[in-house]
Amino acid sequence: MYKAAALGEYDSIYGFATIGLETFPVSDPEEAGKTLDHLAEAEYAVVYITESVASKIQNTIDKYKESVLPAVILIPGVSGNTGAGIQGVKKSVEQAIGSDILFGGTN
Amino acid sequence: MASKQINPTRMELNRLKKKLATATKGHKLLKDKRDELMRQFMDLVRENMELRKKVEAGIQAANTNFVVAKAGMSEEILHEALMAPKQEVYIEAGKKNIMSVNVPTFDVKTRTADANDIYSYGFAFTSADLDGAVKSLADILPEMMKLAEREKACQLMAIEIEKTRRRVNALEHVIIPEAQQNIRFISMKLAENERSTNVRLLKVQDMLLEKKIQEA
Repeated sequence: MYKAAALGEYDSIYGFATIGLETFPVSDPEEAGKTLDHLAEAEYAVVYITESVASKIQNTIDKYKESVLPAVILIPGVSGNTGAGIQGVKKSVEQAIGSDILFGGTN
Repeated sequence: MASKQINPTRMELNRLKKKLATATKGHKLLKDKRDELMRQFMDLVRENMELRKKVEAGIQAANTNFVVAKAGMSEEILHEALMAPKQEVYIEAGKKNIMSVNVPTFDVKTRTADANDIYSYGFAFTSADLDGAVKSLADILPEMMKLAEREKACQLMAIEIEKTRRRVNALEHVIIPEAQQNIRFISMKLAENERSTNVRLLKVQDMLLEKKIQEA
């Protein structure tokens, strides 16, 4: 049985605790990277991570891109949507097809 | 490409012909695999994008609600209210095979079935906005889980498609032309050898004939 986690700044994720996700507030990138590594090893199938934190630990996130679990999913934080999540989807389109022909014009 | 030395022998020719046949068959199969993967990926990624937009909008709305809720009460009370969550999400993770790509499937279970268990606090000291905020977040949880499943599948499939595409291209543009060229080189070389043998035999016959004429 797996669990789901939310990783990010406290202000962005504290609400997720109420709906049953486990929250891991972090403040600096190093701590975030370590926490993500730790979560990947533990029984977490899904890790929601705020875009602002994710942008600082891209290397760690890329490490888990090829493995089936955990699924690392970007969510917008309280400070606003940076578009990194959408960008991620576009990136996989680009990787698969060669160029983004699906969402190229629309944002 | 005769860049490396190849033996112009019949054995080598046979070997190369077999290799070419395998490569052509493999190329066709991989191309089919790529096309099918691509077709499924397209559907999946479209769904992924839609879900993502929905979830992002939902989370943003929930965040706004939380900010409003936070403004209406003291931080200590808010922390205290959310300190001991009642609800917990469990995920039953399965595997699904899409064209030999293993993608996870998430079956979401909650610890308690009661939908009201998201409110982990008494209503006396918290603002009504907090209830709304928590509710709005709970409402998008199923979609968030679906997004996680789809997005992971998309990422894994994108990687697989890239690999397959590289293989197809390598076969199409390197392995198959190389084998074809080598086969042509060997068959031409063999034909050339045969001709030179013929000429040599004719020449020997000629010489023998001449010798006989002189003796006579």
